[in-house]
Amino acid sequence: MSARPIATTRSAAGMPTGRLAVWWVIASEIVIFGGLLGSYVMFRLSHDSFASDAANTNMYIGAFNTWVLLTSSLFAVLGHKAAEEGNGPKAARMLWLTVGGGAVFLLVKTYEWYEKIHHGHTLSSSTFFSFYYTAAGLHALHVIAGMIIMLFVANTARKNLELHRVELIGIYWHFVDVVWIFLFPLLYIAK
Amino acid sequence: MATAPVTHHDAHGHGHHEESWFVHYFWSTDHKMIAKQYMFTGMAMALIGGFFAYCFRMQIAFPGIDVPGFGVVSPNEYNHLITNHGAIMIFWVAMPVLIAAFGNYLIPLMIGCDDMVFPKLNRLSYQIFLLSIVVLIASFFVPGGGFAGAWTMYPPLSAKPEYGLTPLGASLFVTAVALEFVAFLMGGINFVTTAMNSRAPGMRMYDIPMVVWMIVIASILFMASVGPLVAGAVMLLFDQNLGTAFFNPDKGGDPVLWQHLFWFFGHPEVYVVLLPTVGIVAEIITVFARKKLFAYRTVLYTAFGTGVLSFMVWAHHQFIAGIDPRMANIFTITTLLISIPIAEMMFVYIATLYGGAITLTTPMLWALSFIATFLVGGVTGIFLGASGADIYLHDTYFVLAHFHYTFFPIAIIGTFAGLSYWFPKMFGRMMNETLGKIHFWGTIIPFNCIFIPLFVLGAAGEHRRIFDYTNFSELARPELRQLDQFATISLLVMLGFQVLFLFNLFYSLFWGPKAEKNPWKANTLEWTADSPPPHGNWPELPRVYRGPYEYSVPGRDQDYWPQNAQN
Repeated sequence: MSARPIATTRSAAGMPTGRLAVWWVIASEIVIFGGLLGSYVMFRLSHDSFASDAANTNMYIGAFNTWVLLTSSLFAVLGHKAAEEGNGPKAARMLWLTVGGGAVFLLVKTYEWYEKIHHGHTLSSSTFFSFYYTAAGLHALHVIAGMIIMLFVANTARKNLELHRVELIGIYWHFVDVVWIFLFPLLYIAK
Repeated sequence: MATAPVTHHDAHGHGHHEESWFVHYFWSTDHKMIAKQYMFTGMAMALIGGFFAYCFRMQIAFPGIDVPGFGVVSPNEYNHLITNHGAIMIFWVAMPVLIAAFGNYLIPLMIGCDDMVFPKLNRLSYQIFLLSIVVLIASFFVPGGGFAGAWTMYPPLSAKPEYGLTPLGASLFVTAVALEFVAFLMGGINFVTTAMNSRAPGMRMYDIPMVVWMIVIASILFMASVGPLVAGAVMLLFDQNLGTAFFNPDKGGDPVLWQHLFWFFGHPEVYVVLLPTVGIVAEIITVFARKKLFAYRTVLYTAFGTGVLSFMVWAHHQFIAGIDPRMANIFTITTLLISIPIAEMMFVYIATLYGGAITLTTPMLWALSFIATFLVGGVTGIFLGASGADIYLHDTYFVLAHFHYTFFPIAIIGTFAGLSYWFPKMFGRMMNETLGKIHFWGTIIPFNCIFIPLFVLGAAGEHRRIFDYTNFSELARPELRQLDQFATISLLVMLGFQVLFLFNLFYSLFWGPKAEKNPWKANTLEWTADSPPPHGNWPELPRVYRGPYEYSVPGRDQDYWPQNAQN
């Protein structure tokens, strides 16, 4: 059962199977976040109270985290480049840097949530904060999942094996990034 | 596109012999075994769903009766039974059998490859599906009992335990549904990727059998529609357990939001389960009419069109939920529009049958009955899609009869059609035709006797989800009660005939006559493999030279022309 089926090695659609599948994963993820953020926007437009709640979010922390995630995506791209050149160990190092970026993001997020909860803004204190924690929490879960998968990919890439996976996890990581690009203005900038 | 390395295949066959019994049946990554797992699990769940229907129908027809095998049905148990009957039949019968079982079995065999592109993901998908069933069944036995707020899970019944009376059952129910979605997202990604990438050399877009197309389109519809409901399920779980108020108007939420999230998925879901059956029927009627499918490309484009349109009709479930009447007008128009592509598919099938050399085998009877019964379901949908008529008919037995006239053909008739048609391939033996035909008539006649009275009852004003009609003087009239009793007795007859099916299934499984490779003389690739196909499906993977429906081609000795035959 170690060998792949022949089916996996075919590419009638002209795209490697793994990449095709990752795009479908992302397509199904887009509608998950789309439903959540769509609901948020509809609420936001019809509830004035959201604006006063949103005033409590810290735009500078959000901006810093945006910068951290975008930088980590740069490392993911560099890792992909190294993998294409067949340099597995370098690709693995780049993926570790990407994971490091994700870790900084989560630490900042932890501080931010700690401070919010300390000031009495909890999951159930208002509908705005319910969305704030649910959307950012769902995103953070994706960050954590991406980091774990990336560690596995880096571990095989280090031995110069399965280098195509570096690109696949990179595509996923960029998607997680893009979700944050939507969350940041919706939750932090629009006051 | 490269030709298959033969050595790799040997490795497969070799590994097969070393498999233990447990690995073979429960830990297999073979798409055919996973398909059978889904098939049998789905049919077992259908027995539970059918049993629930039997219990609550007995209570409706004979209020207060001590239902044999269950006991007296209490009001909350009644709600629990109808809720889980609906959820089980949609999520744990129609989805696993039509999409997962037939999709898993047919996609690799019909496009000529050895397995799904991600066999381990496939196995994981089934395991998560099984876990969702464990969670669902566990929810029946927790304090307070299983969830009883209808399969649509509308808040506040689902969100507030003081209304729903099932504090733990509701959360477990939502969790089970969410797990089931995860399983089918994995399966869907596998199906779509396999069909896109792993086709046999020579198989062009329009050489793909219709059932594969339909399962792929259904998988895409599922992936594109389920997301908001996944988000909604998370929000509902938070509302239930963590004190948020997404759907609670007291604290700034909105219960109608749930209805939007649910039906944005729920309506495309109808087409998610419909399309595979439409595909199965296409395969069967072409084989048994010995004719080319009329307007292959039109059917395909129509299916895509239906898919797109199905995302714009969801609010017709909410005409009386307080949505803006202007919006209701728009959704009336889109809902009536979607009947056009579906009607067109039905006409195309009738055109396929026209002038064909029809053989009335058991699968063909099921396929024809699908067209006839689904037409009734479709036509009655027009009444409900028009917002004016829906205000009167909403939440009556008319609605209930309407969607059973759609879902029964889809889920039950579709399953029987597909199973009786592909049974020789799946298990290498033939089913008994005589028993199959008796079972067919014993199912289809009582089915109509159940639901035609319910149309009448609904039009007379009988509301759904009411425990005991004798409490309502205008609904307790003897002529209405007798119709309900007639429907219930018809249900008993129909359920009784399913014993015959189970006997035929298991008898044929072990003692049926051996099936040859291609008993129906069909064109598609699965019939060129052994019955049942071994691990890896073919010693050498096939190459495709033509479309799947070249029947009765003039100038040929045989009236069929397999896709892989060079000339």
